Amino acid sequence: MNLKNPNEKGRFGPFGGRYVPETLVPACNELEKSFIDAWNDDSFRKELDSLLSDYAGRPSPVTECFNLSSELNCRLLLKREDLNHTGSHKINNVLGQALLAKRMGKKRLVAETGAGQHGVATATAAALLNMECCVYMGEVDVKRQELNVFRMKLLGAEVKSVESGSKTLKDAVNDAMRDWVATVEESYYCLGSVMGPHPYPWMVRTFHEVIGTEARKQSEEILGTTPDVVCACIGGGSNAIGIFSGFIDSDAELVGVEPAGGAAIGRGVPGVVHGMESFLMQDEFGQVLEAESISAGLDYPGVGPEHSYLSSTGRARYESVTDAEVIDAFQLLSRSEGLIPALEPAHALAWVSREREYLTGKTVLLNLSGRGDKDVGQMMEILNV
Amino acid sequence: MSENVEIESVLRKKIDSGKKALVVYITGGLGNDWIQTMHSVIEAGADVVEIGIPFSDPVMDGPIIQMANESSMESGSTPVSILNDLRGESSAAPLAVMTYYNLAYRMGHERFASGLASAGISGCILPDLPLEELDAWSESASNSKIETILLAAPTTPDERLYEICTRSYGFVYAVGLLGVTGVRSELADSAIEIASRLKKVTSKPVLVGVGIGTPEQAVKASEISDGVIVGSAIVQEMIDSSSPEKVGELVSSFRNALDKNY
Repeated sequence: MNLKNPNEKGRFGPFGGRYVPETLVPACNELEKSFIDAWNDDSFRKELDSLLSDYAGRPSPVTECFNLSSELNCRLLLKREDLNHTGSHKINNVLGQALLAKRMGKKRLVAETGAGQHGVATATAAALLNMECCVYMGEVDVKRQELNVFRMKLLGAEVKSVESGSKTLKDAVNDAMRDWVATVEESYYCLGSVMGPHPYPWMVRTFHEVIGTEARKQSEEILGTTPDVVCACIGGGSNAIGIFSGFIDSDAELVGVEPAGGAAIGRGVPGVVHGMESFLMQDEFGQVLEAESISAGLDYPGVGPEHSYLSSTGRARYESVTDAEVIDAFQLLSRSEGLIPALEPAHALAWVSREREYLTGKTVLLNLSGRGDKDVGQMMEILNV
Repeated sequence: MSENVEIESVLRKKIDSGKKALVVYITGGLGNDWIQTMHSVIEAGADVVEIGIPFSDPVMDGPIIQMANESSMESGSTPVSILNDLRGESSAAPLAVMTYYNLAYRMGHERFASGLASAGISGCILPDLPLEELDAWSESASNSKIETILLAAPTTPDERLYEICTRSYGFVYAVGLLGVTGVRSELADSAIEIASRLKKVTSKPVLVGVGIGTPEQAVKASEISDGVIVGSAIVQEMIDSSSPEKVGELVSSFRNALDKNY
């Protein structure tokens, strides 16, 4: 059994939908049709599969953390999405969407980015497929992720610094949507997470299901059964939904870990922004609050609608960790296993580390969604090195 | 439902007299004297005033209205304070609000709609609420006699235009170009095109908005349409001059240009 598809209105239970300006409705309809058509076309699937293996380096391995496991008294496995080309899981979705964009005859990719991982992945795919690329990134993130900004430029993309609102991911999404409204005929909006208007949450999830499919097989080979706990960090929630998808029908407890300063499920209530109905951090009037997190990639006040649904049905639970716990976890994994994680998956590890008592004796599969090279500069400042 | 026709009947009267309609957008809560600006805009000849209620993430708005939104919110405006400012004012022209759906969703459809009605508002524009998601809101709106004005875009296919027109009350908002609100140097050809496509499928008033920044553009955009909606140019003047009189003068220049040509 897999995750359910949304209904014809793009809803997972009550969540999801398509709340976009009229200008974009026909584009969303066209995208939905094109995606379904492509996904049912063997030649599209073959082309994507070969890019994922020969270009992105899939399958990514699962690594058992012997040192950390003995320290935490659990059996910890990492799904190594950090080993993908461009350094995170983002490439899975981007290759799928970029191929789709090409198939739809689009010449330009528009994307938003927080930490820059999705922006780098999009710029990479644009370079590979010979498309134009324009990435919107909040001014705050441009500063704290300057390495990724340079990578995008090297790859030939234009990076536009967004100076409105909180100057982070939320506002980058706003500007990317505004760009799309103006250029909808030639541009393809390559959204970076399982969020936005239908069909994005469903389509992006579908492109990331490869994580869960591989991890299910790999963890069963290592453990002889499915893990007790599968956990992942949550911003919009794409890496989490990817790995959850492989275990939805297992007994595994599914845990999404949000940053305390951007805990849409933990601190939000249902709302509508960026095309979707989902949990959202907002004030009493419905103004969206600014998320505050050490990790640019999770600095988002909303969450993908399918996570709101999985939370409401109880199939997954959502916890949050503080920046301080994340800083500790970042160093813990680096020292104990020789793996420098991105700050985003360090959230998931922070939860594992904090809940070590609860996890004692259990098998835990954690999605290591990205590597930490991009965060080293920021950590140098934080740790006063 | 037959009674929520205030905006449409005011516009109809104007159009039937052979004139073109002028709808003016101002940002609610922008400056202490924004209510005075509203009256001044009406005195200068606006047939309907759109009050923008600022939202944190206005994806259909360009830089001018974004800036006005932020400035209004920084000064402490909320949807409730803006409606409170309007309560008790008797405006000489019908009012509509333009905001984003989450404000209505958060407050609750019924409460938001009745809140608009009790503040003397006749219409509501929610640019991120397309046909597919409209049902729940439109029921509450019509219970409170609020006319929900829908947008039609240059990308909208013909069969969908018809449905939009059927479900739009007050007027049909023809989005004049592919893009967000703002002033452009030239009127887009798409402004004329969308107006003529709409006029073929509806007898409701068709007004063109988005990208109408000068009286000349307003005149040209009204060739086929029943009139125009002017927003960013007006809001820019609110920001620059902070003077209700100056804003009124700008509105007069649009009014005069339309009246001279039609």
